[in-house]
Amino acid sequence: MGQDDVTGIISRGEELAYDLKIEQVMTREVKVVAPTTPIMRMLELFQEEHIRGVPVVSQNQLEGVITLENLLQSWRRGTHDSDIVADCMDQKMVTVNTFDPIIEALKVLTQTKSDQLTVIDKNGQLAGIITKGDVTRGLLSALQRDRHSEEVKRYRASYLFEDISSDRTSLILRYHIKARDFTKGGSASSSIKRALLQLGAPPQIARRCGIAIYEAEINLIIHTTNGGEIRVEIEPHQIVMETSDKGPGIENIELVMQPGYSTATDEIRALGFGAGMGLKNIQRCVDEMQLESIPDQGTKLVMKPKAGSKEWAFIREPTPNQGTKLVMKINLQPEDTFSKEIVTT
Amino acid sequence: MTLQEIIEKLNLIVLTERKNFRSVIPTSGYTSDMLSCVMVGAKEHGLWVTLQAHANIVGVAALLDLSAIIITEGAMPDRNSIAKANEENIILLSTDKPTFYVVGQLWELGLREGLSE
Repeated sequence: MGQDDVTGIISRGEELAYDLKIEQVMTREVKVVAPTTPIMRMLELFQEEHIRGVPVVSQNQLEGVITLENLLQSWRRGTHDSDIVADCMDQKMVTVNTFDPIIEALKVLTQTKSDQLTVIDKNGQLAGIITKGDVTRGLLSALQRDRHSEEVKRYRASYLFEDISSDRTSLILRYHIKARDFTKGGSASSSIKRALLQLGAPPQIARRCGIAIYEAEINLIIHTTNGGEIRVEIEPHQIVMETSDKGPGIENIELVMQPGYSTATDEIRALGFGAGMGLKNIQRCVDEMQLESIPDQGTKLVMKPKAGSKEWAFIREPTPNQGTKLVMKINLQPEDTFSKEIVTT
Repeated sequence: MTLQEIIEKLNLIVLTERKNFRSVIPTSGYTSDMLSCVMVGAKEHGLWVTLQAHANIVGVAALLDLSAIIITEGAMPDRNSIAKANEENIILLSTDKPTFYVVGQLWELGLREGLSE
């Protein structure tokens, strides 16, 4: 485990201390005593139960708490056989709420140097007790649950390609994107990025794919007549992302490729879209990009992401090392097709 | 510098769920209201200052793994955007001050553009 992993766990632990509620980790099955319980009985109870304090309850009302410390103080003063819990219990006990995050309990435990705190619910009724042990156990099991569910997900996904035998295995993700639905803007891209991470893609690759597909998704939302489709095909050694729509098509592809050119309306620009940078951004993030469009018929955009500086694959086999290549195909009319290829390495 | 210090010094309002802002350390800053520019310019774990307040800023921040968004000029995201931000683990902060002022303050606190990838 590297240093980064350790700090990762520590900060996740800290996060959990804010996320987890006291009621999720506290001890609910609590021994309670009545105020009339003889002091002598208390020592036996503490020994039998291996505990150092119990809440004092009378007619379902929390009256206080009695601890080993209280008993010792009482003996120092000189205890009588007839003494009862009510004579030496703490009425000004420190309580925490069920709905507080456990960081609150930790703070109070440290400040008051107590072994345990009484937990009350929103009606002020006794709900349980919380000790440092409860907090530690709660944090550990939450961390384990975290790790376990993450690992299981990742394991299942990343072994998909190795476990299934075929001449060519691929995973296809499809998303339907509605025109003008800005509230859903970017949700397909987030899902795609998450899927790639689950499949074991390096974070940089997942991020680049996410950016490229986001721009393409937003284009479908802003510019298409009736929305369009996103199709992502994932194979062990390559990812191909495609968007397609049925109109209105692009009049002049060279013009839309120019940074800053946009046909977006002022309304759309007010939302922060239509900077005219979308296609440029895609080009920056992917290895190969093909844009084909026929006016009045539709547009198809194919993107193949950069493999990054290190070789990688969804299965552990060496990948062929490829140079950087940008292919730009421009179709003006169905019959009048020409393509332009720019190759950079 | 932690996000907690930034929140205190700039007197920012936290719109999303409270968490341990001391463990969030923004490594750079970026400002633009055009989402595509943010896609190019904002760095991972960076802080983004914008006056946009609609749900799409959350999507952008999540894709770029940004640490937080400071929404300026008192612009208010709707409840859905805040819910989405909580879901995506993006911190939304708000201020009445204009972007220029916020960026100036962040610069004085020592935040810079950050290195490109």
